[in-house]
Amino acid sequence: MMRHIHALGRATLDIVSSIGRAGLFLIQSIVCLPSREGFHLWVRQMHFVGVMSGAIVLVSGLFIGMVLALQGFTILVGFGADEALGQMVALSLVRELAPVVAALLFAGRAGSALTAEIGLMKATEQLTSMEMIGVDPLRRIVAPRLWAGFVSLPILTVMFAVVGIWGGYLVGVDWLGVYEGSYWSNMQDSVDFVDDVLNGMIKSLVFGLVVTWIAVFQGYDLIPTSEGISRATTRTVVYASLAVLGLDFVLTALMFGDLG
Amino acid sequence: MKRNNLLELGVGIFMLAGILGLVFLGLRVSGLGVGVPNDTFTLTANFANIGGLRPQSKVTMSGVRVGKVTNIQLDPKWFDAKVTMELDSEYEGKLSNDTTAAILTSGLLGEQYIGLTVGGAPEMLHDGDVIHDTQQALVLEELIQQFVSNMAN
Repeated sequence: MMRHIHALGRATLDIVSSIGRAGLFLIQSIVCLPSREGFHLWVRQMHFVGVMSGAIVLVSGLFIGMVLALQGFTILVGFGADEALGQMVALSLVRELAPVVAALLFAGRAGSALTAEIGLMKATEQLTSMEMIGVDPLRRIVAPRLWAGFVSLPILTVMFAVVGIWGGYLVGVDWLGVYEGSYWSNMQDSVDFVDDVLNGMIKSLVFGLVVTWIAVFQGYDLIPTSEGISRATTRTVVYASLAVLGLDFVLTALMFGDLG
Repeated sequence: MKRNNLLELGVGIFMLAGILGLVFLGLRVSGLGVGVPNDTFTLTANFANIGGLRPQSKVTMSGVRVGKVTNIQLDPKWFDAKVTMELDSEYEGKLSNDTTAAILTSGLLGEQYIGLTVGGAPEMLHDGDVIHDTQQALVLEELIQQFVSNMAN
């Protein structure tokens, strides 16, 4: 009996202390003065985290836009409302699908790589060596990666939405024969720049921070063995996906909940 | 060094794609106008019932888009809906005083919009004028109620 209570207490303390470490870690690495050196490190990470994720995001965005138009058309045409196709494709992409799906892809493509990279640095004691020669690994290794994730996910989200709307146009207008004018004008009548586009951007900023935070923290905090690295990489993808989906509901409730 | 340049070019193109994408979302998808605000003029109209009309709904004339609804509020004096709309300034002074405004629906389940029909009066509408002759939105429930009570008689 006592053993179980001990175990419960230990588990609680573990969770609380890991949340505390993650918070300290975020603040210590994100608060730093901009410097030329740091900018170059950031550009290098932007290339890896952002530019290299472009291809998967563009292709997924195209297919999601196309399938949205196809599914939406078959439903809307039953009501004789296929004119509203542009509105449906644009609203669902800009508000929900682009931020969420881009963040999930980002967690799988970039987040897992960040965890494995930092984890291997820790396992081969590169991080400790840096501290020995007086270089702060939080500023040298972690900060550029955090900022790169924070900046590049919103850009990837915009690209996702644009390509998705174009994919919906290809299927809806060119293939299924929705009138082109009503595709665009219905979209423009219903999409509001501040309410829809900017709220989607706010979502993706939050997701960008949370996903990269989880990824670099899992890498920094792992047990430095090969098994530890593989566990941490898995945890990154699982935690980041759950955090994105959960936060998405909270943010949506805050942003659109009172529209009724 | 050359490799580093290539990398910076890639990141630059990436950022540029993001900005261009945001501009596309602003202009093409949400229809933000870059035009100056003074190329429109404002009319108001009171409706007994606006149905599903909302701000950003279009205002048409013979089916052609001439403006949009900017504001809807309850008129506390008559307890009807006061709808403010912005029309392209090229029509200022060309719509007669007895122009009628009706709330119409595109298709069976489509969005609602305002249709204007010009009359024959010699005086014209100017900025800030009120359209007096209005026709409220058709509410499906009321129609059904009417139909049922007619059937009962």
